[in-house]
Amino acid sequence: MEDLWCVAGAIFQLWMVVVVFFIMLPAMFGLSLGVTGVYIQILVKILEWATIRIQKGRQEQPSVPVPLHTGIIERARGSMEEQMGQLRCPRPPAAGEFCLSDAMYFCKKGLESIVDDQVTQRFSSEELASWNLLTRTNQNFYYISLRLTIIWGLGVFVRYCILFPLRITLAIIGLSWLVIGTTLVGFLPESSAKKWLSELVHLTCYRICARGLSATIHYHNKENRPQKGGICVANHTTPIDVVILANDGCYAMVGQIHGGLMGVLQRSMVRSCPHVWFERSEMKDRHTVTSRLRDHVAAKTKLPILIFPEGTCVNNTSVMMFKKGSFEIGGTIYPVAIKYDPRFGDAFWNSSKYNMVSYLLRMMTSWAIVVNVWYLPPMTIQDGEDAAQFANRVKSAIAHQGGLLDLAWDGGLKRGKVKDSFKEEQQKMYSNIIVGQNGIGPPEKCSQTKEDQ
Amino acid sequence: MGSSSSSLNNVPDGQQLMQETGFSAAHLLRLYERFKFLDKDNRGHLRSEDFEAVPELSENPIGDRIVGAFFLPGQETVDFSSFVRVLAHFRPTEKNRTRAGAQPEPANSRNRKLKFAFRLYDRDRDGKISRTELLQVLREMLGMQVTEEQLQSIADRAIQEADLDKDDAISFDEFRKSLEKVNIDHKMSIRFLE
Repeated sequence: MEDLWCVAGAIFQLWMVVVVFFIMLPAMFGLSLGVTGVYIQILVKILEWATIRIQKGRQEQPSVPVPLHTGIIERARGSMEEQMGQLRCPRPPAAGEFCLSDAMYFCKKGLESIVDDQVTQRFSSEELASWNLLTRTNQNFYYISLRLTIIWGLGVFVRYCILFPLRITLAIIGLSWLVIGTTLVGFLPESSAKKWLSELVHLTCYRICARGLSATIHYHNKENRPQKGGICVANHTTPIDVVILANDGCYAMVGQIHGGLMGVLQRSMVRSCPHVWFERSEMKDRHTVTSRLRDHVAAKTKLPILIFPEGTCVNNTSVMMFKKGSFEIGGTIYPVAIKYDPRFGDAFWNSSKYNMVSYLLRMMTSWAIVVNVWYLPPMTIQDGEDAAQFANRVKSAIAHQGGLLDLAWDGGLKRGKVKDSFKEEQQKMYSNIIVGQNGIGPPEKCSQTKEDQ
Repeated sequence: MGSSSSSLNNVPDGQQLMQETGFSAAHLLRLYERFKFLDKDNRGHLRSEDFEAVPELSENPIGDRIVGAFFLPGQETVDFSSFVRVLAHFRPTEKNRTRAGAQPEPANSRNRKLKFAFRLYDRDRDGKISRTELLQVLREMLGMQVTEEQLQSIADRAIQEADLDKDDAISFDEFRKSLEKVNIDHKMSIRFLE
């Protein structure tokens, strides 16, 4: 028994040495030993081999259904007016008139959306073109070959028995360092030294956490990095977005005060540098929120605020409507586009399916997190533009850069219903076709029979 | 975790539905996944609330009618077979299909598509689109954008043109005749990607 304890103790010591010297310290100083890079390259090779193997297997077994990740139906193109015009008789009436076939346009659109709609699919994980050897994405792939299954089994072992304990250790170290470090820095008097130290503490902690997720982050256009006194705006996929962005700069976070572990973190963070935390009651009052943020931005020496205007997590294939509240604060907006590579792990947090803890466990047992971050040039509101239009402009820029679909739908549709105003829009468009802008058009005959009489 | 129902055996009445509707195995599987996706509470059938959760359907002016087309009269739930049978109407028509006289008309024939569209108007299923029914559909599609007089006048003209036997209602034959130049197959078909 004694020997067993000795052995266990030795292993533990070795473990800690490895973790501290080979992972933690380099992470703190922003250095990389290159291990993760090699790991990713090996993974890519394996995944490519797996893809080829699956495609071969699919050719041999034709009954295996092919996954269709770009949507299952072909959508008709063209506006309502164009499509209805095609629906009607060969001689479309000059000023528009009702035809019995008009209902078919709405009917087809309705059925298309029942079979495959653009919105609800954004709230569940993206489907992959090819299996990435994780059980959780095995929706349309099943037993193809023995070799694949063996590799998958190896993968399970590596992920759960080797990577997972490593990552948990790092995460615990990182978070405790954050709490302890910020509390210590909080005791110092206000000075530039305090600011510098606080930034150091935050940066090192987030870097350790990023290693704890095996995150490989590629930053592009670093010259556009958010400056002090600005507002950083990004698309939201997961709470890990914060870790990803904070690896390259310090931000002032905005959010609600939670209880439990999150609350401890939040309270200690705010001791060393001014984050903006709201009580639950304050969040309901838009004016309080806006004015506090405005004060923060106006003090040009404070860190840039980090805001996610979608208001909810979306699955990283599209960008949903940006809430205009963030764009009414004033100040310069620094848009940032974040795109996760889905082959290495699904980063999307489906909050209706998983709670925070199970989500983090899933993250830590994925292959890795590979993410591209693009800093876009700063934008300000222009004359004649209101907050909503400005928000849309920023959203389009982010969607374009990240290769995401730009949707006008509200992320709140995850939980709520469509507003009636959308239906009215459709009715308005249709009535313009039928009735014109004012009054009814001249009577034109639609069918042939009357002409012949 | 994704479900691995990647076999036609997991689809209820899979083989029979394939034959009846003409959907391929892959498409049927896709539809089954969609059915399960809409069935959020895992009941095995859909209710109208499940359809209403699709935002694009809620913005459709005749969304309620379309949802109603899935439910048989008196029923409050839609099982997978009914779901697929309704969608079968929207398969593109096969061009060179010849059928023996005894075979039932396929769901996606031009006639059946027209009948589906007709039933959208003719809610009480009496075989005629009455003036009241037409006014109802028009009101749904136009909402508050037109006045009552404009609505009446549109309905008047539509009935005048299509109603050949002057009974102030549009029967299915009159409906079909007035749409004989329209490319129904193109407009009432949903193309599945291969």
